Amino acid sequence: MNVIDLLNKEQQKDAVPDFRAGDTVKVYSKVLEGGKERIQMFEGVVTVRKGGSANESVTVRRVAHGVGVEKTFLIHSPRVERIELSKRGSVRRSRLYYLTEKIGKAARIKEKKAAR
Amino acid sequence: MKNILGRKVGMTSVFTEDGRYVPVTVIEAGPCTVVERRTKEKHGYEAVALAFGDVRKAGVTRALAGHYKKNGVEPKRYVREFRTGIDGVEAGTTVTVEAFSPGDRVDVVGISKGHGFSGGIKRHNFSGGGASHGSMIHRQPASNGDTNAGRTVKGSRRPGHFGVDRTTHQNLEVIRADAERNLLLLRGPVPGPKNGLVIVKSTVKPNRAPAEAK
Repeated sequence: MNVIDLLNKEQQKDAVPDFRAGDTVKVYSKVLEGGKERIQMFEGVVTVRKGGSANESVTVRRVAHGVGVEKTFLIHSPRVERIELSKRGSVRRSRLYYLTEKIGKAARIKEKKAAR
Repeated sequence: MKNILGRKVGMTSVFTEDGRYVPVTVIEAGPCTVVERRTKEKHGYEAVALAFGDVRKAGVTRALAGHYKKNGVEPKRYVREFRTGIDGVEAGTTVTVEAFSPGDRVDVVGISKGHGFSGGIKRHNFSGGGASHGSMIHRQPASNGDTNAGRTVKGSRRPGHFGVDRTTHQNLEVIRADAERNLLLLRGPVPGPKNGLVIVKSTVKPNRAPAEAK
Protein backbone atom coordinates (compact mmCIF):
# COMPACT_ATOMS: atom_id res chain seq x y z
CA MET A 1 0.00 0.00 0.00
CA ASN A 2 1.37 3.40 -0.84
CA VAL A 3 2.10 6.00 1.77
CA ILE A 4 -0.79 8.31 0.90
CA ASP A 5 -3.38 5.53 1.19
CA LEU A 6 -1.80 4.45 4.43
CA LEU A 7 -2.03 7.95 5.90
CA ASN A 8 -5.66 8.20 4.85
CA LYS A 9 -6.47 4.84 6.35
CA GLU A 10 -4.88 5.69 9.68
CA GLN A 11 -7.15 8.65 10.09
CA GLN A 12 -10.35 6.77 9.54
CA LYS A 13 -12.51 5.74 12.45
CA ASP A 14 -13.05 2.04 13.04
CA ALA A 15 -16.75 2.17 13.75
CA VAL A 16 -18.91 4.37 11.59
CA PRO A 17 -22.54 3.26 11.57
CA ASP A 18 -24.04 2.23 8.28
CA PHE A 19 -26.33 5.05 7.17
CA ARG A 20 -27.30 6.74 3.94
CA ALA A 21 -29.31 9.65 2.63
CA GLY A 22 -32.82 9.76 4.04
CA ASP A 23 -31.85 8.26 7.38
CA THR A 24 -32.18 10.29 10.55
CA VAL A 25 -28.99 10.48 12.58
CA LYS A 26 -27.66 12.08 15.73
CA VAL A 27 -24.23 13.65 15.36
CA TYR A 28 -22.32 14.35 18.56
CA SER A 29 -19.63 16.92 17.92
CA LYS A 30 -17.25 18.77 20.17
CA VAL A 31 -17.74 22.52 20.32
CA LEU A 32 -15.59 25.11 22.00
CA GLU A 33 -17.66 27.47 24.08
CA GLY A 34 -16.21 30.13 26.37
CA GLY A 35 -12.88 28.36 26.50
CA LYS A 36 -14.53 25.09 27.47
CA GLU A 37 -15.17 22.08 25.34
CA ARG A 38 -18.51 20.33 25.41
CA ILE A 39 -20.37 17.89 23.24
CA GLN A 40 -23.26 19.11 21.15
CA MET A 41 -25.85 16.88 19.56
CA PHE A 42 -27.36 17.65 16.19
CA GLU A 43 -30.18 15.46 14.95
CA GLY A 44 -31.63 15.54 11.49
CA VAL A 45 -32.06 13.93 8.11
CA VAL A 46 -29.00 12.97 6.12
CA THR A 47 -29.28 14.78 2.82
CA VAL A 48 -25.82 14.09 1.43
CA ARG A 49 -23.15 11.57 2.25
CA LYS A 50 -20.17 11.98 0.01
CA GLY A 51 -16.44 11.63 -0.34
CA GLY A 52 -14.38 8.59 0.39
CA SER A 53 -11.58 7.53 2.63
CA ALA A 54 -10.74 10.05 5.37
CA ASN A 55 -12.41 12.81 3.39
CA GLU A 56 -15.93 11.44 3.83
CA SER A 57 -18.54 13.96 4.90
CA VAL A 58 -22.20 14.02 5.82
CA THR A 59 -24.72 16.85 5.54
CA VAL A 60 -27.51 16.75 8.10
CA ARG A 61 -30.67 18.84 7.78
CA ARG A 62 -33.24 19.76 10.37
CA VAL A 63 -35.83 22.45 10.82
CA ALA A 64 -35.15 24.39 14.00
CA HIS A 65 -37.62 27.06 15.11
CA GLY A 66 -39.09 27.17 11.63
CA VAL A 67 -35.71 27.71 10.01
CA GLY A 68 -34.03 25.04 7.93
CA VAL A 69 -30.52 24.31 9.20
CA GLU A 70 -27.96 22.22 7.37
CA LYS A 71 -24.68 21.22 8.92
CA THR A 72 -21.85 19.40 7.23
CA PHE A 73 -19.54 17.19 9.27
CA LEU A 74 -16.37 15.40 8.32
CA ILE A 75 -17.21 11.89 9.46
CA HIS A 76 -13.65 10.99 10.42
CA SER A 77 -12.84 14.28 12.13
CA PRO A 78 -11.67 13.94 15.73
CA ARG A 79 -14.12 16.74 16.54
CA VAL A 80 -17.01 14.50 15.65
CA GLU A 81 -17.39 12.34 18.74
CA ARG A 82 -19.81 9.78 17.34
CA ILE A 83 -22.74 9.32 15.00
CA GLU A 84 -25.88 7.41 15.96
CA LEU A 85 -28.52 6.13 13.62
CA SER A 86 -32.01 6.83 14.91
CA LYS A 87 -34.31 6.08 11.98
CA ARG A 88 -34.11 4.54 8.56
CA GLY A 89 -35.71 6.50 5.77
CA SER A 90 -37.06 5.27 2.48
CA VAL A 91 -35.77 7.42 -0.37
CA ARG A 92 -34.94 6.83 -4.01
CA ARG A 93 -32.09 9.30 -4.37
CA SER A 94 -28.59 9.47 -2.88
CA ARG A 95 -28.55 13.26 -2.58
CA LEU A 96 -31.69 14.83 -1.19
CA TYR A 97 -31.18 18.35 -2.51
CA TYR A 98 -34.91 18.61 -3.20
CA LEU A 99 -35.64 18.73 0.53
CA THR A 100 -34.43 22.33 0.71
CA GLU A 101 -37.39 23.48 -1.35
CA LYS A 102 -39.99 21.45 0.51
CA ILE A 103 -41.64 22.53 3.73
CA GLY A 104 -43.99 20.90 6.16
CA LYS A 105 -45.70 17.74 5.02
CA ALA A 106 -43.90 17.63 1.70
CA ALA A 107 -40.54 17.43 3.48
CA ARG A 108 -41.38 14.24 5.31
CA ILE A 109 -39.55 11.05 4.57
CA LYS A 110 -41.22 7.67 4.92
CA GLU A 111 -39.68 5.38 7.45
CA LYS A 112 -38.24 2.17 6.25
CA LYS A 113 -39.46 -0.74 8.34
CA ALA A 114 -38.07 -3.87 6.75
CA ALA A 115 -34.53 -5.02 7.27
CA ARG A 116 -32.22 -3.86 4.54
CA MET B 1 18.61 26.29 10.51
CA LYS B 2 18.14 22.73 9.37
CA ASN B 3 18.33 21.08 5.98
CA ILE B 4 17.17 17.81 4.54
CA LEU B 5 16.64 16.22 1.13
CA GLY B 6 13.53 14.31 0.22
CA ARG B 7 11.22 12.86 -2.38
CA LYS B 8 7.77 14.27 -3.00
CA VAL B 9 5.25 11.47 -2.47
CA GLY B 10 1.99 13.30 -3.15
CA MET B 11 -0.78 15.24 -1.48
CA THR B 12 -3.61 14.43 0.89
CA SER B 13 -5.33 16.01 3.89
CA VAL B 14 -4.87 15.27 7.56
CA PHE B 15 -6.59 16.15 10.80
CA THR B 16 -4.42 18.05 13.24
CA GLU B 17 -4.65 17.74 16.99
CA ASP B 18 -6.58 20.98 17.29
CA GLY B 19 -9.20 19.61 14.90
CA ARG B 20 -8.23 21.42 11.70
CA TYR B 21 -8.37 19.48 8.44
CA VAL B 22 -5.41 20.71 6.45
CA PRO B 23 -4.12 19.95 2.97
CA VAL B 24 -0.61 18.51 3.13
CA THR B 25 2.18 17.44 0.85
CA VAL B 26 3.82 14.22 1.96
CA ILE B 27 7.58 14.16 1.59
CA GLU B 28 9.75 11.13 2.17
CA ALA B 29 12.65 13.01 3.72
CA GLY B 30 15.94 11.42 4.57
CA PRO B 31 17.67 9.74 6.12
CA CYS B 32 20.40 11.86 4.57
CA THR B 33 24.02 11.03 5.10
CA VAL B 34 26.55 13.80 5.44
CA VAL B 35 29.05 13.04 2.72
CA GLU B 36 31.44 15.87 3.30
CA ARG B 37 32.12 18.86 5.48
CA ARG B 38 33.59 21.58 3.30
CA THR B 39 35.81 24.00 5.15
CA LYS B 40 37.20 27.44 4.59
CA GLU B 41 40.78 26.20 4.87
CA LYS B 42 40.52 23.39 2.39
CA HIS B 43 37.77 24.41 -0.03
CA GLY B 44 37.50 28.17 0.40
CA TYR B 45 33.98 28.09 1.85
CA GLU B 46 31.94 26.46 4.57
CA ALA B 47 29.30 23.92 3.61
CA VAL B 48 27.93 20.45 4.19
CA ALA B 49 27.07 17.97 1.47
CA LEU B 50 23.96 15.88 2.14
CA ALA B 51 23.15 12.74 0.17
CA PHE B 52 19.81 11.03 -0.31
CA GLY B 53 18.18 8.22 -2.26
CA ASP B 54 19.12 4.70 -3.20
CA VAL B 55 21.45 4.07 -6.09
CA ARG B 56 22.59 0.97 -7.93
CA LYS B 57 26.08 -0.05 -6.90
CA ALA B 58 27.05 -0.53 -10.55
CA GLY B 59 26.10 3.06 -11.33
CA VAL B 60 28.73 4.47 -9.00
CA THR B 61 32.08 5.15 -10.60
CA ARG B 62 35.21 4.22 -8.71
CA ALA B 63 36.12 7.85 -8.30
CA LEU B 64 32.76 8.62 -6.74
CA ALA B 65 32.87 5.52 -4.60
CA GLY B 66 36.18 6.70 -3.24
CA HIS B 67 34.74 10.10 -2.41
CA TYR B 68 31.97 8.49 -0.38
CA LYS B 69 34.34 6.03 1.24
CA LYS B 70 36.52 8.82 2.56
CA ASN B 71 33.92 9.59 5.20
CA GLY B 72 32.58 6.07 5.45
CA VAL B 73 29.13 6.60 3.95
CA GLU B 74 27.14 4.63 1.42
CA PRO B 75 26.81 6.02 -2.12
CA LYS B 76 23.52 7.82 -2.75
CA ARG B 77 21.63 9.15 -5.73
CA TYR B 78 21.53 12.85 -4.97
CA VAL B 79 24.09 15.08 -3.31
CA ARG B 80 23.39 18.71 -2.49
CA GLU B 81 25.48 21.25 -0.62
CA PHE B 82 24.15 23.59 2.02
CA ARG B 83 25.95 26.68 3.20
CA THR B 84 23.64 27.59 6.05
CA GLY B 85 22.48 25.58 9.02
CA ILE B 86 25.70 23.62 9.14
CA ASP B 87 26.73 24.06 12.77
CA GLY B 88 27.31 20.75 14.46
CA VAL B 89 26.72 18.72 11.31
CA GLU B 90 29.66 16.32 11.05
CA ALA B 91 30.70 14.25 8.07
CA GLY B 92 29.67 10.63 8.34
CA THR B 93 26.58 11.35 10.44
CA THR B 94 22.96 11.08 9.40
CA VAL B 95 20.23 13.70 9.22
CA THR B 96 16.65 12.50 9.72
CA VAL B 97 13.23 14.11 9.88
CA GLU B 98 13.62 14.19 13.65
CA ALA B 99 15.42 17.49 13.05
CA PHE B 100 12.00 18.99 12.29
CA SER B 101 9.01 19.26 14.55
CA PRO B 102 5.39 20.36 14.00
CA GLY B 103 4.99 24.10 13.84
CA ASP B 104 8.39 24.72 12.23
CA ARG B 105 8.42 26.93 9.15
CA VAL B 106 10.37 25.71 6.14
CA ASP B 107 11.24 26.67 2.58
CA VAL B 108 10.99 23.97 -0.06
CA VAL B 109 13.00 23.94 -3.26
CA GLY B 110 11.95 21.76 -6.15
CA ILE B 111 12.10 21.55 -9.91
CA SER B 112 8.66 22.65 -11.12
CA LYS B 113 6.55 20.44 -13.36
CA GLY B 114 7.30 20.75 -17.07
CA HIS B 115 4.57 22.33 -19.22
CA GLY B 116 6.44 22.27 -22.53
CA PHE B 117 6.09 25.17 -24.95
CA SER B 118 3.21 27.16 -23.47
CA GLY B 119 1.30 30.24 -24.53
CA GLY B 120 0.91 33.50 -22.65
CA ILE B 121 -2.30 32.48 -20.91
CA LYS B 122 -0.83 29.46 -19.17
CA ARG B 123 2.65 30.84 -18.77
CA HIS B 124 2.07 34.45 -17.72
CA ASN B 125 -1.60 34.50 -16.70
CA PHE B 126 -2.64 36.63 -19.70
CA SER B 127 -6.38 37.19 -20.06
CA GLY B 128 -6.82 36.13 -23.66
CA GLY B 129 -9.30 37.46 -26.16
CA GLY B 130 -12.98 36.81 -26.75
CA ALA B 131 -14.10 33.37 -27.75
CA SER B 132 -16.73 34.43 -30.28
CA HIS B 133 -18.55 37.44 -31.81
CA GLY B 134 -15.94 37.65 -34.55
CA SER B 135 -13.04 37.98 -32.17
CA MET B 136 -10.03 36.65 -33.97
CA ILE B 137 -7.75 36.88 -30.94
CA HIS B 138 -8.53 33.80 -28.89
CA ARG B 139 -5.49 32.76 -26.92
CA GLN B 140 -3.00 34.97 -28.71
CA PRO B 141 -0.75 37.37 -26.80
CA ALA B 142 -2.18 40.30 -28.84
CA SER B 143 -0.10 43.47 -28.56
CA ASN B 144 3.63 43.08 -28.23
CA GLY B 145 4.25 46.60 -27.01
CA ASP B 146 5.16 50.09 -28.08
CA THR B 147 5.52 50.51 -31.88
CA ASN B 148 7.50 53.68 -31.39
CA ALA B 149 10.30 51.72 -29.82
CA GLY B 150 10.76 49.94 -33.12
CA ARG B 151 11.96 46.86 -31.36
CA THR B 152 10.79 44.32 -28.84
CA VAL B 153 11.64 45.27 -25.30
CA LYS B 154 13.91 42.75 -23.62
CA GLY B 155 12.22 40.54 -21.08
CA SER B 156 8.71 40.91 -22.47
CA ARG B 157 6.47 38.04 -21.59
CA ARG B 158 6.02 35.74 -24.55
CA PRO B 159 5.00 32.16 -25.18
CA GLY B 160 7.85 29.75 -24.64
CA HIS B 161 9.17 26.94 -22.54
CA PHE B 162 7.38 26.79 -19.20
CA GLY B 163 8.26 24.78 -16.12
CA VAL B 164 11.28 22.69 -15.13
CA ASP B 165 12.63 25.66 -13.21
CA ARG B 166 14.17 25.64 -9.78
CA THR B 167 11.33 26.96 -7.67
CA THR B 168 11.19 27.81 -3.98
CA HIS B 169 8.00 27.83 -1.94
CA GLN B 170 8.63 29.77 1.24
CA ASN B 171 7.29 29.61 4.76
CA LEU B 172 5.43 26.29 4.74
CA GLU B 173 4.24 24.92 8.06
CA VAL B 174 5.42 21.51 9.22
CA ILE B 175 2.28 19.62 10.24
CA ARG B 176 3.88 16.35 11.21
CA ALA B 177 7.30 14.71 11.22
CA ASP B 178 7.09 10.94 11.26
CA ALA B 179 10.49 9.58 12.26
CA GLU B 180 9.40 5.96 11.94
CA ARG B 181 8.60 6.19 8.25
CA ASN B 182 10.81 9.19 7.45
CA LEU B 183 7.82 11.28 6.44
CA LEU B 184 7.46 15.03 6.55
CA LEU B 185 3.99 16.52 6.15
CA LEU B 186 3.97 20.13 5.02
CA ARG B 187 0.93 22.35 4.72
CA GLY B 188 0.05 23.16 1.14
CA PRO B 189 1.61 22.39 -2.21
CA VAL B 190 5.28 21.95 -3.02
CA PRO B 191 6.93 22.53 -6.41
CA GLY B 192 7.70 19.58 -8.64
CA PRO B 193 6.23 16.30 -9.82
CA LYS B 194 5.65 13.23 -7.64
CA ASN B 195 8.89 11.38 -6.95
CA GLY B 196 10.78 14.62 -7.65
CA LEU B 197 13.68 15.66 -5.47
CA VAL B 198 12.87 18.40 -2.97
CA ILE B 199 15.16 20.33 -0.67
CA VAL B 200 13.64 21.28 2.68
CA LYS B 201 15.30 23.91 4.85
CA SER B 202 14.36 26.24 7.67
CA THR B 203 12.68 29.31 6.28
CA VAL B 204 14.52 32.53 5.60
CA LYS B 205 11.32 34.44 6.36
CA PRO B 206 11.18 36.26 9.70
CA ASN B 207 9.09 34.21 12.09
CA ARG B 208 6.07 36.30 12.94
CA ALA B 209 4.38 33.60 14.98
CA PRO B 210 4.71 34.07 18.76
CA ALA B 211 7.78 32.25 20.01
CA GLU B 212 7.06 29.23 22.16
CA ALA B 213 8.07 29.41 25.79
CA LYS B 214 11.24 27.45 26.28
